Amino acid sequence: MSETTPQHENPPPPDGIRTTGADAPGDLPRAPLAEARGTGRIGDKIFLGLSRGAGVTLLVIMAAIAGFLAIRASHALSANEGNFLTTFTWDANANPPVFGIAVLLFGTVVSSIIAMALAVPIAIAIALFITHYAPRRLSGPIAYVIDLLAAIPSIVYGLWGGLFLVPHLEGLYKWLDDYLGWTKIFAYHDGAARSLFTVGILLAIMILPIITSVSREVFRQVPRMHEEAALALGATRWEVIRMSVLPFGRSGVISASMLGLGRALGETMAVATVLSPSWDIVPSVLDAGGGTFAQNIASSFKEASGDMGKDALIASGLVLFVITLVVNGAARLVIARRKEYSGANA
Amino acid sequence: MMLQRKNGLRAVAAGALVVSGLLALTACGSDDNSGSSGGDASKQAGNIKCEGKGSLLASGSSAQKNAMDLWVRNYTAACGDTQVNYKATGSGAGIQEFLQGKTAFAGSDSALKPEEVTASKEVCTDSQAIDIPMVGGPIAVGFHVGDLDKLTLDAETLAKIFDSKITNWNDEAIKKLNPGAKLPDLKIQPFHRSDESGTTDNFTKYLKAAAPSAWPHEPGKAWEAKGGQAADGSAGVSSQVKQVNGAISYFELSYATSGSIPTVDLKTGAAAPVQATTENASKAISEAKIVGKGKDLALQLAYDTKAEGAYPITLVTYEIACEKGNKADTLQATKSFLTYLASEDGQSVLKERGYAALPPEIATKVRETVTALS
Amino acid sequence: MSNLVKDRPAVTGSAPRPGSLRQPRLPRWAPAAFALGSAVVGVAIGLVAGLDSRIQWGLIAALVFVLGSYIASTVVEGRRQAKDRLATSLVWVAFLLAVIPLVSLLYETVKRGSKALNADFLNHSMAGMLDDQAGGGVYHAIIGTLEQVGLATAIAAPIGLLTAIYLVEYGRGALAKAVTFFVDVMTGIPSIVAGLFILSFWILWLDFDYSGFAGAMALAILMMPVVVRSTEEMLKLVPNELREASLALGVPKWRTILKVVLPTAIGGIATGVMLAVARIAGETAPIVLLVFGSKTINNNPFEDPQSSLPYYVYEQWTAGQDASYDRAWAAALVLIAFVMILNLVARGIARWKAPKTGR
Repeated sequence: MSETTPQHENPPPPDGIRTTGADAPGDLPRAPLAEARGTGRIGDKIFLGLSRGAGVTLLVIMAAIAGFLAIRASHALSANEGNFLTTFTWDANANPPVFGIAVLLFGTVVSSIIAMALAVPIAIAIALFITHYAPRRLSGPIAYVIDLLAAIPSIVYGLWGGLFLVPHLEGLYKWLDDYLGWTKIFAYHDGAARSLFTVGILLAIMILPIITSVSREVFRQVPRMHEEAALALGATRWEVIRMSVLPFGRSGVISASMLGLGRALGETMAVATVLSPSWDIVPSVLDAGGGTFAQNIASSFKEASGDMGKDALIASGLVLFVITLVVNGAARLVIARRKEYSGANA
Repeated sequence: MMLQRKNGLRAVAAGALVVSGLLALTACGSDDNSGSSGGDASKQAGNIKCEGKGSLLASGSSAQKNAMDLWVRNYTAACGDTQVNYKATGSGAGIQEFLQGKTAFAGSDSALKPEEVTASKEVCTDSQAIDIPMVGGPIAVGFHVGDLDKLTLDAETLAKIFDSKITNWNDEAIKKLNPGAKLPDLKIQPFHRSDESGTTDNFTKYLKAAAPSAWPHEPGKAWEAKGGQAADGSAGVSSQVKQVNGAISYFELSYATSGSIPTVDLKTGAAAPVQATTENASKAISEAKIVGKGKDLALQLAYDTKAEGAYPITLVTYEIACEKGNKADTLQATKSFLTYLASEDGQSVLKERGYAALPPEIATKVRETVTALS
Repeated sequence: MSNLVKDRPAVTGSAPRPGSLRQPRLPRWAPAAFALGSAVVGVAIGLVAGLDSRIQWGLIAALVFVLGSYIASTVVEGRRQAKDRLATSLVWVAFLLAVIPLVSLLYETVKRGSKALNADFLNHSMAGMLDDQAGGGVYHAIIGTLEQVGLATAIAAPIGLLTAIYLVEYGRGALAKAVTFFVDVMTGIPSIVAGLFILSFWILWLDFDYSGFAGAMALAILMMPVVVRSTEEMLKLVPNELREASLALGVPKWRTILKVVLPTAIGGIATGVMLAVARIAGETAPIVLLVFGSKTINNNPFEDPQSSLPYYVYEQWTAGQDASYDRAWAAALVLIAFVMILNLVARGIARWKAPKTGR
């Protein structure tokens, strides 16, 4: 949550201190402090060096990650006999290697779309529930519990998904097939509910807490006056929300959703436990098949032999890396825009 | 200032508390599970010759994991100085880790490829890696069709089922092989391994060898056919078969036994359909030819055997080590451990986990090879 | 308050009484009644139609509830009120829908996890255990998790802290902008990518062995940006007057930061670090790639393989036997308890040490 609490940019602290801190005390010719000032300067230098060094370390790590992934990925791509974007197989261990990410891209996108379609409305509803609907005494504890749920490790979600959720979804899928089977998208033929839709549901449950808690923070910041003005005009609660809460929170909700999306895209273990992967694109989201980037890395990794096997996976990891980078970057951009907007209004 | 100093002290104290707490914690656990294990632990410890000490790392085939667990338990019960860690990462990763010098030996479902042998010259000083067959076993075809507990199939039907050509349990072809059985109108759900695996390799090799016309795909570690569902690992597919009505899949016999999953009897051309048992698998393995050169004991399995009572879908897994030039610090322990595996005791405990002991003539050669490792 | 009109609407329909500003309202108990009614309808339909999935029953009941209260409200109260009621019931339904899986997750973990959980489970390792045997324990995994997470924290916390200090107290210019941007990017790194990086860098390229430390480094990469961001927020909350007061007394800047700024924000920083710890304690993917896994106790994170709690859960899940499923659930329970305790402690610190400014 702290990652996204809108940070009030241009806080005077850094700037203000810089001028007073670096120059002013130094200019004061006060004898008794001379000694302290001396150590202070050295101390300052050391401290600045340390903290700047830490920042640089971070940059180096990032560069190393990008560099290592890119080098190994290009290694694999140059040996690849198939088209990396359109090939429907993953024979990276073969000689010559043939592999492509078409299925992974499709599976990742579809499962994330399903997850977002399920999670975002519900998360907004819960956030509204906590801020506007729940009995006052309950809203605190509920918010607290939702925050705690955000901390449940993904492997536990995976365990629950594989051993509890999958068997319980079968009835639902058969039902969907009965009524929506004609759409082909919701046709269900297989006997086990281990499909992209199941992945979507599990991911939705996993990202629900994070979207909820960020949206909740945003809704909390809606100026009280806006709401009271609307109420005074005789608006119903829903009208208050529609006219003052949602417009104010829109960009916040968007960025919260993006953060959730970023998480859904990169989720590994929970997907690996509930999906029955295959190397083709299945028309129905309820039928088993497909795969995601992270899931494929985790499950193909053990048998990835030769240099090429691992490098091909690293190449797909690089694609995942770029996708999450774009999504997260977009989320930050929206937050930054919002800051200006609300700053102008405040 | 006082306040700050106190804060600093408090932080140090908290840190010290955490560290000392951790130290205290590291002292209170125990590796000794003899109290809770099934009761047969450490009984076979009698004849094990312990040599070397320290930590012995190995990784590879998950098909031999259950055998390895048993061996490791018995071996470490007798030789407390050695810690053996076998990680079932899969044959490919096992070989790779071995070739990188990360592990003392690898477990693999298939013999080394020529380029792997070449690569092994880097880790094995002045020598190369060899295949040592250590454990064989039947690959059972487990099914879940209502409460049907007996089913006979032949290679061709099996191939068509896994290729999604036969899609219903009441198909004529299945009915013909099972006169009298009550076959329901139920969709067949063939499950295959989603990870690459030696089990898949051997299973598809069998299909290709015994029913070439019905199985158009290339045999290999990765599943080539379209359709069907996938799950991770033998445990994954077997637990799916348990859950899903109409399912059929292939896995090591031990998973069928421990999950009480009924298995298919194979009509091989012998007089009677052959059951998937360790004895029947041993019979099939004894038909195998040694094709490795020199000390290498790579086997060629006879998948299309029609011998009486020989169950043809078998798998032989190898340990892979350097013929000469094994890492000095683990050589003693490796030899001592492998010697135990190849010994009468080591082979005979396998049966209880659904594996087949090596046929005597191969076992003898294996023992010679292991003794000569250096 | 609407007693007067309560019994009327059914007769007079939706028309408000002439001369009254007040619209007819549904009685206060109406939502509860609708909820009860729709639950009954859901169960009835489920039973009659022979639907075997409880999820379907719930969905039907939810649908009946939303539609029922909307229609009733339209008839009685008019469209605006009906929309309000629709929104209210949708929000409630959404809340319940979301709560069910989350409660079920916790319930299942506690129920199935408590089966194998006992003192022996906590202080024994898996040495010599076969997958399908009951027994064995999680001790080696607990040690592994504590050590790996501890090492990761020891690496990531100072770097993260100093970076945040740099950004807030010194940061200006291109370097600070770049650091800020890349910290954001870093928060988005999927854990498996961090694992791949350490694997190719530390194990394949520098040729070190699998160890707890390798895992700790991947965890540190995941932890750093989280620490930076939360520390940054906390430092920004420290009122500027404090800094200026200290500097005006002639205290050098570094001492000001160490003695004034940090102690003021220490509660929030500690909270942030603990939350980051809780977050990485549950990471599985990098551990699977880097720590190798072990069944025996290994107290040395720098040498030889270790295990860890999430890895243990994964390992037991992969083994696929009834006994191993029991162990997986029990370990999941231990893991959740560990993470929850960290969270609670973090929040406790936050409340205890909260800066008295702002919200």
